[in-house]
Parts: sequence; structure tokens; C-alpha cells
Amino acid sequence: MKFDTPATTNPIDQLKVVGQPVDRIEGPLKTTGTARYAYERHDVAPNAAYGCVVGSAIAKGRIVAISLDAAKAARGVLAIVTAENAGKLGKGDLNTAKLLGGPEIQHYHQAIALVVAETFEQARAAAQLVQVKYERSAGAFDLAAVKDTGTKPKPGFGGPPDTAVGDFAGAFASAAVQFDATYTTPDQSHAMMEPHASTAKWDGDKLTVWTSNQMIAWSVGDMAKTLGIPKENVRLVSPYIGGGFGGKLFVRADVVLAALGARAAKRPVKVALQRPLIINNTTHRPATIQRIRLGAAKDGKISAIAHESWSGDLPEGSPETAVSQTRALYAGDHRMTAMRLVVLDLPEGNAMRAPGEASGMMALEIAMDEMAEKLGLDPIEFRIRNDTQVVPDNPAPPPGGSDPESKAKDEKAEKHNPHPPFSQRRLTECFRTGAERFGWSQRNAAPGKTRDGKWLVGTGVAAAFRNNLVMKSGARVRLDKHGTVTVETDMTDIGTGSYTIIAQTAAEMMGVPLNKVVVRLGDSNFPVSAGSGGQWGGNSSASGVYAACVKLREAVTQKLGFNAADVQFADGQVKSGGRTAPLAQAAGEGGLAAEDTIEFEGLDKKYQQSTFGAHFVEVGVHALTGEVRVRRMLAVCAAGRILNPKTARSQVIGAMTMGVGAALMEELAVDKRHGFFVNHDLAGYEVPVHADIPHQDVVFLDETDPISSPLKAKGVGELGICGIAAAVANAIYHATGVRVRDYPVTLDKLLDGLPSAG
Amino acid sequence: MKGQTRPPVTQETLLTKVAFNVNGKGQELQLDPRTTLLDALREHLHLTGSKKGCDHGQCGACTVIVEGRRINSCLTLAVMQQGARITTIEGLGTPDKLHAMQAAFVKCDGYQCGYCTPGQICSAVAMLDEIKAGVPSHVTADLRAQPQLTAAELRERMSGNLCRCGAYSNMAEAITEVGRTA
Amino acid sequence: MKAFTFERARTPAEAAAAAARTPGSRFIAGGTNLLDLMKLEIETPTHLIDVNGLGLDQIEPTPEGGLRIGALVRNTDLAADERVRRDYGVLSRALVAGASGQLRNMATTAGNLLQRTRCPYFYDTNQPCNKRAPGSGCGAIGGFSRQHAVIGVSEACIATHPSDMAVALRVLDAIVETIRPDGSTRKIAIADFHRLPGDQPQIETVLEAGELITAVTLPKPVGGAHIYYKVRDRASYAFALVSVAAIVQRDGTGRVALGGVAHKPWRVEAAEAEMPRGAQAVAGRLLAGAKPTEENAFKLKLVERAIGAALAEAKEAQP
Repeated sequence: MKFDTPATTNPIDQLKVVGQPVDRIEGPLKTTGTARYAYERHDVAPNAAYGCVVGSAIAKGRIVAISLDAAKAARGVLAIVTAENAGKLGKGDLNTAKLLGGPEIQHYHQAIALVVAETFEQARAAAQLVQVKYERSAGAFDLAAVKDTGTKPKPGFGGPPDTAVGDFAGAFASAAVQFDATYTTPDQSHAMMEPHASTAKWDGDKLTVWTSNQMIAWSVGDMAKTLGIPKENVRLVSPYIGGGFGGKLFVRADVVLAALGARAAKRPVKVALQRPLIINNTTHRPATIQRIRLGAAKDGKISAIAHESWSGDLPEGSPETAVSQTRALYAGDHRMTAMRLVVLDLPEGNAMRAPGEASGMMALEIAMDEMAEKLGLDPIEFRIRNDTQVVPDNPAPPPGGSDPESKAKDEKAEKHNPHPPFSQRRLTECFRTGAERFGWSQRNAAPGKTRDGKWLVGTGVAAAFRNNLVMKSGARVRLDKHGTVTVETDMTDIGTGSYTIIAQTAAEMMGVPLNKVVVRLGDSNFPVSAGSGGQWGGNSSASGVYAACVKLREAVTQKLGFNAADVQFADGQVKSGGRTAPLAQAAGEGGLAAEDTIEFEGLDKKYQQSTFGAHFVEVGVHALTGEVRVRRMLAVCAAGRILNPKTARSQVIGAMTMGVGAALMEELAVDKRHGFFVNHDLAGYEVPVHADIPHQDVVFLDETDPISSPLKAKGVGELGICGIAAAVANAIYHATGVRVRDYPVTLDKLLDGLPSAG
Repeated sequence: MKGQTRPPVTQETLLTKVAFNVNGKGQELQLDPRTTLLDALREHLHLTGSKKGCDHGQCGACTVIVEGRRINSCLTLAVMQQGARITTIEGLGTPDKLHAMQAAFVKCDGYQCGYCTPGQICSAVAMLDEIKAGVPSHVTADLRAQPQLTAAELRERMSGNLCRCGAYSNMAEAITEVGRTA
Repeated sequence: MKAFTFERARTPAEAAAAAARTPGSRFIAGGTNLLDLMKLEIETPTHLIDVNGLGLDQIEPTPEGGLRIGALVRNTDLAADERVRRDYGVLSRALVAGASGQLRNMATTAGNLLQRTRCPYFYDTNQPCNKRAPGSGCGAIGGFSRQHAVIGVSEACIATHPSDMAVALRVLDAIVETIRPDGSTRKIAIADFHRLPGDQPQIETVLEAGELITAVTLPKPVGGAHIYYKVRDRASYAFALVSVAAIVQRDGTGRVALGGVAHKPWRVEAAEAEMPRGAQAVAGRLLAGAKPTEENAFKLKLVERAIGAALAEAKEAQP
């Protein structure tokens, strides 16, 4: 199904099942420990041996010598895989560094060997016996120190490296009120609870991997490429994923080494990355340095806005696209954005929940708070005055896409519109609704003036903004003689609620109750879906299921000989004219099946599709010690139709929680001498615990977006993390009068500005 | 018993015998003494509901209840649990017959990816008993008074269970609901 | 984890003797720190002696009016003990400020005292660490040292002792009781129990090879308001940046010890004379001669402020 004109009325609009806050359908499995994750496949690989990964002890250089003798001689050892004996390996399109290093070492804890043994205990002990001699080379590890060596990155997801509209320099110079500040965000880790884990099994030249992966089709391709085998010979299964947040978008060392280990040991092998290895072995959200300049008239209208960002990555890597939202969020006639990428020899930087916007909004939304204060305006009012219903800076796409498919689309695409309208934009309403509910009008605007005993109390706001991406997505739907509808798609559920919204979509379309729908996900034998990433998964994959259901409805209608014009599917029955038949009857003994793929064409170019929100936060800061406690949190979101208010709300509160971590504690500490993240476990890299998070309120504005998809929904999985850290930082400023521009806002940065101890 | 045959007993492997009770069922295992309770459960008894998130006591995903108390099963050796009575998530309820805490987690959406969930639930069940037993916490205002199931108490006491999906607010509702009716 | 042999000891004397008999052996009780380190091969015992069956899990009154806490009393039980809550509140508070509910159910009194540092360079076997590999250097000096010690440091090591409980025991003047492999026993004042790093940071306590802690005794209660103020980067389940154990009498006199600032619980009795003059004076004396790194210099100010917070709480809490 092509989606190239705005959605009109369709069966989803009945909202009998879709839009209802139903419980997750896989809930009973997850809460009883019976959902099987990648390392737990005793059912399909009962004889799996255990692999333990050896990580490089240096950040950059080469292996001079590697001795496996002691490890090979250790009890229980079945095989050892290294770059020397693994055969020729390719590199996945989506990997920057090699997943099995040696002799060249590209980053700290890069995998250099896998030791496979009969038991986990034996593999772990033998891995320690691998003896490696290295030769270190000098590397660049300090972003600030090498910032000025930055070059223009290739245009990618975040658009071109430079954009400009009007004359920023002139407008800024002549602005009545000017603001210019630099912010930093640190490297951050996904720190998902389930380590990257895989079980691999070969049947002849056919490989099956049970793994923890967000993007099945991407990863089948990259596995094939890495191992140098045909895609057809790779099956990837990932029904449950213990968190990903972008860290499991790609094939990583666990799955490649499990496959190589299984080949070497001639039996199934399973590998989970050891927790202390994960942070340096896998990807992370790269640190940024961001300079923001704002020029405005005295009435608060922005005339000039500039956002520049510097980040680093390994050679051939990509930038943190922290400036992208600044092209679309606020009005202003004269503007520029720029991204520069430096080469760093730290581990690979890559996507983490809301790449680009999460980091960019951390800086931009403090800057907006600072500018509002400079203008003497309420921070909400300042933002509302600079609302825009068209995109102020929409750079033209680079000429000619790299793959034939996008080239073909480009030819069809209409002339580039430098200021496309938003399909929906209700940012102002988000702020107004939130202000009302939060009691914003009660706020004393002066910082450092509100006190509750030993606590300095402050409130802060920030906008939330994240683009809504739509991706081609397929599904197969079967109807059996019992009237059960089974959906199969390689879509994944990383905690997002995919199982449930897909079931709701199928139930609504086929007119059956939820318990008559079976959803099977995360298997490369199923039709290729959008996968889970960039908050495109829910809307895109459910639209794919919609498309397949439309076909199945047609098949049912035809089979029953009903009139397609007035056919209705409800309560397990199919009705047309005066006739009624049970849905099951149409299936007959053999059942019916239909498959389709939703393809989004044109509308995402004609309109800017984005999701919006407003974050409200109240914090207490201990007047003596600077300890910060978040006391209240509210997010108001406008993100199209909410397919399941219960799971969507969870997406938002989860993102808000991660944002509190970004605001207050999360920072990968770089050892700038030796080039690695020092705090590489869950004790050293602190993420929020229960006690850090208060009750969280979420309001969804009642909205449908017919431009986005037949479901009129949008992504909501990442919106919640965009802006929240700035809202926390702004609240801390309001509480204390101390402005911190370097995240995380830890208490040591507040101490000097707190009231004297006396 | 299926699990007892793995790993194979080789001549060189020094195996130690241990017997304990898991979810009401006696288990006798011959184990490499290095085997943690968590790995004994997951890899030998195939009770994979207890999760390995960090293997170093930093996340709480491996929480099980031993002799009525919640512990990190990754930081104890199986051979140290001789004679112990162990309850894992599988022993609390089944998909068809959920424990009240499991049902409340489903109802309140107190989980997302599900990986920390069994540990959270085991922890919550035992935590309610700790409050009843009068064990103080970091946020108990009066050390000598009986602690209450307040939001602050619950959040502090559950802080040994990380949830990166950030379902804390919903878990607090689920646990409060169970705690109030228990 | 290196392979080891395993035995369960039945009496303290038997355990100590077994340790002396078997070089490379270690006692294991809660296991929460030892197993953590064994998995990384930072600790590589060849023999483990399980001491959980020694029966040292009672808390009993002493003839002097104090309490004798068995070495195996779990942190949870110690914190919850009615007498501890009533008379030694600072100990109860310190215990529940540490780790998590699960870990406190496992961790023992003796094991808590013997915790090793959480310095990330100690934990990463690729990195130099004089504590883990004497003579290899210190990764933290010149590296990431935000959490590290500011006083009592040496050229060889700037690690901190991670325990909260030990800080409270220090302010309570606890005594550590031990048994040696030859069956003799001794009592070690908590002040003398932990060492400063000097040029042998690998030696952390005065315990001899095979010496087993059997109990910790508390002198008779001293009254006053008992406060444990712990400052960390998140609200719970984190090691201290700085912590303050304080016992404050109605007249403002009292005792104070610090955690998170040194290789051992940090107490300078002379500083306590300054208590009536307030936090700044106390902190000044406590931290005289401090040598922070650039990254952790904030701890000096934080100590002063945390003492201030503790004293303010004490004022509110006066019995």
C-alpha cells in the first residue's frame, strides 16, 4: 500500500480497540520470567557452549603478539576465535569499527578474541589466559582539545553540515538583545539492562542467531556482509529485547563472535557481553560542544539564531546531529546551523534515544531560558512568541540518493520547499495546557527566592521536539478457521509496546477482540518491517499491519462474496447488506493470509512531520550540599493519535527518566591519557534509580495527524527525552540562581553559588 | 532431572554437590564451585526468569528470595546455599495464575522491555515484608517508629533494582496497590 | 574467576586454622565484594572457606553496657536491631545509607569492614594500580579522580574506603575482635584497623594472614543526636562522594567522622573540639593538610557543607 495522500476515514477510526489503554499482551510472560531473551534459548539450542569475549587493553595501536596456548590448554575450552583464525571478515554497513579487532586496534575493549568452553565458568577463566602484547599508538581522546580540527561531516540523517537562511551575522550584530553561550554534553551510555547477547547455531552453511536486536533486516544484511555469506543463509530471531535505546540497532560483537565461535566449536554457542566490557566495546551517545547565539528585538521576537555543534567519532564515523531541531523549532528570519566532526579514538559514537535532538535540546532549551531572562520575559511566553507554523530552515536534500530506491523517490518528489508547513504543530497548546496544570502562574520568576526548609525550590520548562520519521514496513496476517488472527512481521518490541499496538491494530481492522489476535515479531522469516529506532517503529509498523489487514479484509470479503462497499468487520462477524457471516467461516479449513507493505511517499516531503511537547519540572536543591531532588514532572505531548495511552505514556515517562539521568548524573568519564571510558559498569556509570524519580504526569493532547499515516499516529518513543534535561537544568537555575552549562548538573558545579553555610 | 546432566562431569572437573529447594522443589546439583546461584538457576535448572544484567551486584535484575529475604543471586555461590529455600520469579506465579504483584505490574504497566521485571517483582514482594518487619530505611524519619509504606519509603527501598526503560513511576503505583491490600 | 576449592568451616578456630594451612585461601561470608572481584580476577583465591556456618550472627549486650555484634550479623539485621536503633542510631543510619536492600541482606559486619576500594582503576585489570598490582603505578592520579581521596593520600594511591558502616563504627569507637590461626584472639580499635595507603596500598588493614574477625563491639552508648549524612550523585544505591557520621550532644559537643575522603574512615579527634564553633571550623581541622586533585577539590567545600547539614539535622533531632 502506498501512502501518498492524507488519510481519510478508515476502520481504525472506530477506536474500539486502538486508542484504548489496554495492558501489554505479553505482560503475563514478562512478569513471570517466561519471556525468553537471547541468552535463554535452552529450548532451541539446548547444547550451547559458552563464549567469553576478550577486549583490547589499549585504545589504539596494534597487537604485536597473541598467545592462546595457556587458554587452549585450560579445562573445557573448545575453541578460540581471533582475527588471525576467523578467516576473512567484512564490516557491516552500519558499523564504524570492526567487531573483531586485530592486529589493528581501533578502540578500548574492542573484541580481540572469543574463548568458547563447555561451561560459562570455564570460558570466563580461560579468557583471562589469552596473552596479548600490544604496541600503543598515540590517539586523540579529548574533544575540547581537538575541536578546531573538525571537518564537515557527510550529509546524513541530520541533514547537511551547514545551513543558512538570510544573513545571520548581520542580524545578530544589529539585534537589540544578544545572547551567546557555549554548552557541553558528555558521552552517555545506553546502559540497557540486558547485555548484548546472542545464541548462534549452524545447520550446514545456514546460520540461525537468537539475538537482542532492534533492526532485524539491517542486521541480517550486516551479518551476511561481516561473515561473507549470502543473506539467505542468515536467520535472525529477536522476539524479546531487554532494552536497546539505539545500542542494539546494529550487529555487535556478541552476535558475530557467537556465529564464529559456533562455527569453530561445531556446536551452538552463546555469548553475552560482560557488563564491564559493554560501555567501551559497544556504541555510545557522543559528547558535544554546542555554541548557541540568539538575537532578538526587545519584544522577544527572534531575528537571528545560530547553533553550531562539534562532536567526535572514529575515522569514517558520523556526528551527533545536535543542531537539527534548531532549523525547525523557533521562528527567526536570519539563521545558520553548522556541525563539525573531529576524529577521536574513543569507542564508536552512534545513535542513542533521540540522536541529535536529545543532545541539541539540552543546549538549545537552556539557551532559550537564558534569553528569556535577558529579555525579561517569562520563558513560556518567549517560546510562544517565536512559534512558527512553517519550517524556517528546511535545507534541500543532497542531490541524488545513494541507493536506487531513494533516487527514484527523489525524481518523483516535488520541488523543494524551503519552508514547508508542519502537518500538525501544537507546541503553544502544549505549553498553555501544561502551565495550567502545573500551576506555572504561581511561580516567582526571580531565581533563588523560593524555599522549603533546607531545600531551595525551583521550576523549569522546556519544549520537547522530535521529528516524526516514517519507514516502509511490511506484515503478514493470517486468519484461521477458529477466527484467530495471527500477525507476523520482523518488527521488534524493545519495551515500546509493539506487540500490543500491533494486536490492537489487527483487532480493530478485523473486528475481533484482542484475545483473538496472536502477534509474532522479530524473526527474519517474517516480512521486513520498519524496525525499532528513531521513534518511527510504532506508527510505521502498525501501518504496515493495517495495510496487510486491508488486503485480508478484501480476501475475506471476496471469499464470502460480500459487497466490498458496505462490508463491516465487527464482533468476529462480517456484515454486508443484510448478510452476516462469522469471520472464521471465511477462513475455511485452509485459512486465509495476506501480506502487504506500507510505503510512505511524498507526504513526508511536502509537510514537516514533527512531534511536540512541553516539559515542566520542579526540583529541590539542598541549600548546603547542592543535592538535587526532582519533585514534580509533567509532560504535555502532541504526537498524533495515541494508539495505546498506557504504553505511550510509559514511553514518555521512561524517556523523561532517562532525561533526568542526562541532567543530573550521566557522564562517561574519559581518561584522556589512555583513551577509554573509565566508569564502565553500572556502579560507575550512574543512571537514575527509583529514588531519583517522582510521580510523573503525562498529558496527550487529543490529536490525529492524517498526513502521517493511515493510523494518523506519530512516534512518541523519543519525544519525552527531548528537552527534559534542559527543563531540569532550568529548574535548578531557578532554585539556586546558578546557571550550569556543562552537563550533567552535578552538585560540585553548584556549590560555589549556593548560600553560605553560616 | 534434565539440568543435572550439564555441564558434563569430566575427570578433571572438580564438582561440588549442593542441595537446595527452589520454588518448593528439592534440587540436587553437582556444580563447579565457581557457579553462582544465578547461573545455577539459569544455566543448570533452566529457570531463566532471574536475569543477568551486570553479574556484579550493580543492577538487581538477578534478585531472588532466599529464606524470605531478597538477595542478588549473582553475588552468591550456589554451593553457599546448601539447604536454602529459594523462591524465584517462576515460583511466585505463572502466566495463567499471576501473583498479586505480577498482576499489578501488568495493570499499572510497571515494565517495558521486561528484563529487570522479575527482579523488580521479587524485590517488591520481599520489600513489603521488610517494612512489616520494621526494618528501617535511609528515608525513615524516626528510626524507632514502625516504617510505613509511603512513596518515599518505597522508592528508596526499591533503589537496588535499576530500570533503564524508566518504568519507576508505574512500578511505584503497582507496589503501592499491592502493599495497601496486603 | 580462577578455580578454587571450597570448604565449609564449623568453628572460628577451625576457619582460622584452615586459612593458615592453605596458602591463597580466603574467607567468604556475604560474598558481595569478594565474588565481584573474583569474577574480574582481581581476587584470585585458590581456596574458599565458607564461614557462614560459624554461628557468629548474634548481637549481645556486653558487661560494660555496650553491644557485641557477631561478625556474620547481616547489615539489614544490624540496622534493624532495636538496641542499635535506640542507642547507636548513627550505625543504623550508616548501614541503610549503603548499597541496596538486597546487598544489605547478604553483606556481613566483618565483610563490610573488609570491602575494597571502588576505584575504577583498581577494578580495571588493564590499568595500572598499586593496590592490585604493587609497583604498577596509580591510574587515578592524573586520571579520573572525582570520587577519590583528598586526605591521607600518597604518591602510590588515592583510593577511598567505600564503607558507610565503618564511618559510623569509627565515630562510635568500636573494637574489632579477631581470632588468629594459632587460636589466640585480639582486640583492635577501629581507629587502628584500617591503614593509610603509604607506599603499600595493597595492605589495607592490620589483619594478619588467616586472622578472622569474630565480632565488633560497641562501647556503652554516649547518647546525643545520631546523624549520618551521605552525599552522592544519585539519591540512592551509590557510593558516597562525602559522608559525615556525627554524634552531637545538646551542648554542641560531640564526635564526627568522614567517609569518602580517605583510604579509611577519617576522624581527627582534635577537630571535635571545634564542634560548638560550627562546620567550617570542624572541617578546617579535619581536612588540614588535604591534597585533593583538580577533579575532587570540591570535596573540601562539600565536607564543610555536609558537616553543616549534619549539625543542622542534629539540632532538630536532639532527644
